[in-house]
Amino acid sequence: MIRDFEYLTPKTLEEALTLLDKYGDECKVIAGGQSLLILMKQGLVAPEYLIDIKGITELNYIKSDAKEGLRIGALTPHRAIEKSPVVRNGFAVLAEMENRLASIQTRNWGTIGGNLCHGDPAGDPAPVLIALNANLKMASLKGERTTAIEDFFLDYFETALEPGELLTEIQVPVVPPRTGTVYIKFNVIESDLATVGVAVSITLGSSEGICQDVRIALGAAASTPVRAKQAEAVLRGKKITDNLLREAGQIASTEAEPISDIYASEEYRRELVKVLVKRVSREALARAKQA
Amino acid sequence: MKKELRFTVNGQPYELYIKPKTILVEVLRAHLGLTGTKRGCDSSSCGACTVILNGMAVKSCSVLALQANGGEVLTVEGLAKGNELHPLQKAFLDHGAFQCGFCTSGMLMSSKALLDENPNPTKEQIKEGIDGNICRCTGYNSIIRALTGVVKGEYKEEK
Repeated sequence: MIRDFEYLTPKTLEEALTLLDKYGDECKVIAGGQSLLILMKQGLVAPEYLIDIKGITELNYIKSDAKEGLRIGALTPHRAIEKSPVVRNGFAVLAEMENRLASIQTRNWGTIGGNLCHGDPAGDPAPVLIALNANLKMASLKGERTTAIEDFFLDYFETALEPGELLTEIQVPVVPPRTGTVYIKFNVIESDLATVGVAVSITLGSSEGICQDVRIALGAAASTPVRAKQAEAVLRGKKITDNLLREAGQIASTEAEPISDIYASEEYRRELVKVLVKRVSREALARAKQA
Repeated sequence: MKKELRFTVNGQPYELYIKPKTILVEVLRAHLGLTGTKRGCDSSSCGACTVILNGMAVKSCSVLALQANGGEVLTVEGLAKGNELHPLQKAFLDHGAFQCGFCTSGMLMSSKALLDENPNPTKEQIKEGIDGNICRCTGYNSIIRALTGVVKGEYKEEK
């Protein structure tokens, strides 16, 4: 049962920030509500004031620039990202990830900002954006700040958003040449949340087959989306071989801190990390070679 | 404090005063008596509650009713024109694309949204278009056949 609340609909970012500042921890923000309403129906979230920001059209945009890269407004629906020619052509892995996120109906109404602020470690966008080295812009009445996305997640469903702050923009830098990024999630039913999800970005150097840079991001493998930095170190600066990939997968599985739940045990999740890091890295490498 | 909800449903304008916590599916079923839209799981998993809001298929169990303010909703009751069934409804009947019928409203709305966006989907695209709707009875093939029939033009509306 949802508890009664006062309902506010700011039309601009400024209005929303003023309301957030005024109501402090008595309020909660709703965008598409595709994650929030489930919690509210279960009585897990019951604010006095609900601030509906879905109407703030100024935060719904997808922009791309040869220098700045991709800029996505926090209130952009998943479906818009999935269908965007700009995203499909320059940042295909984002469109691929969105295509596998929940269902069309959810993607029509839910927003990428809402997804990130919900802070579910099993969410799809976070690992992909970590692999893409994205930054997040946040605003409050005090001003704006930007943080690397991997520093945005603090714990289960807890983000680095300060009171009075709203996520406003996702910034994805221009993809370096000879880079391949791939995301695969394992689940029982397609479009479910990941049992484990892995996103890998590999950048090849000018020397044949040498991995100049690599980013490995794990979803549903810890209390937040995480980078498997030790696994990355196995590959960085080396010519990637199958043995090396196997080693990276093995190390990543020890870096992960997965939970056991009804979908999988901790052991199984570690095994999934081991296999997926190897598999996804191999695919990212193939994509990098074609880039 | 109740808030005003003004929107059109199946072409008909409505003005209601509702508690802000009211969910769209509650407004449609309880306030407007349009019980064609079903509440299956109430948790965004099954799709039986699918309606078309502002041209997009959404799960009405997971949309705050007030977010439809100023908008347009199409429910299954809005598919037929008087006594003339929608091509999708005719196709579903012909192909036996339902058994218990509980998922059917949602399936029809997702199908309509799919064909509105892409009138010529491949079989894979059809499957993708309904993948937010669960059917316990049919095994989906009859639904896919019905949709394929519509795509092939077997149910062209008479001019």
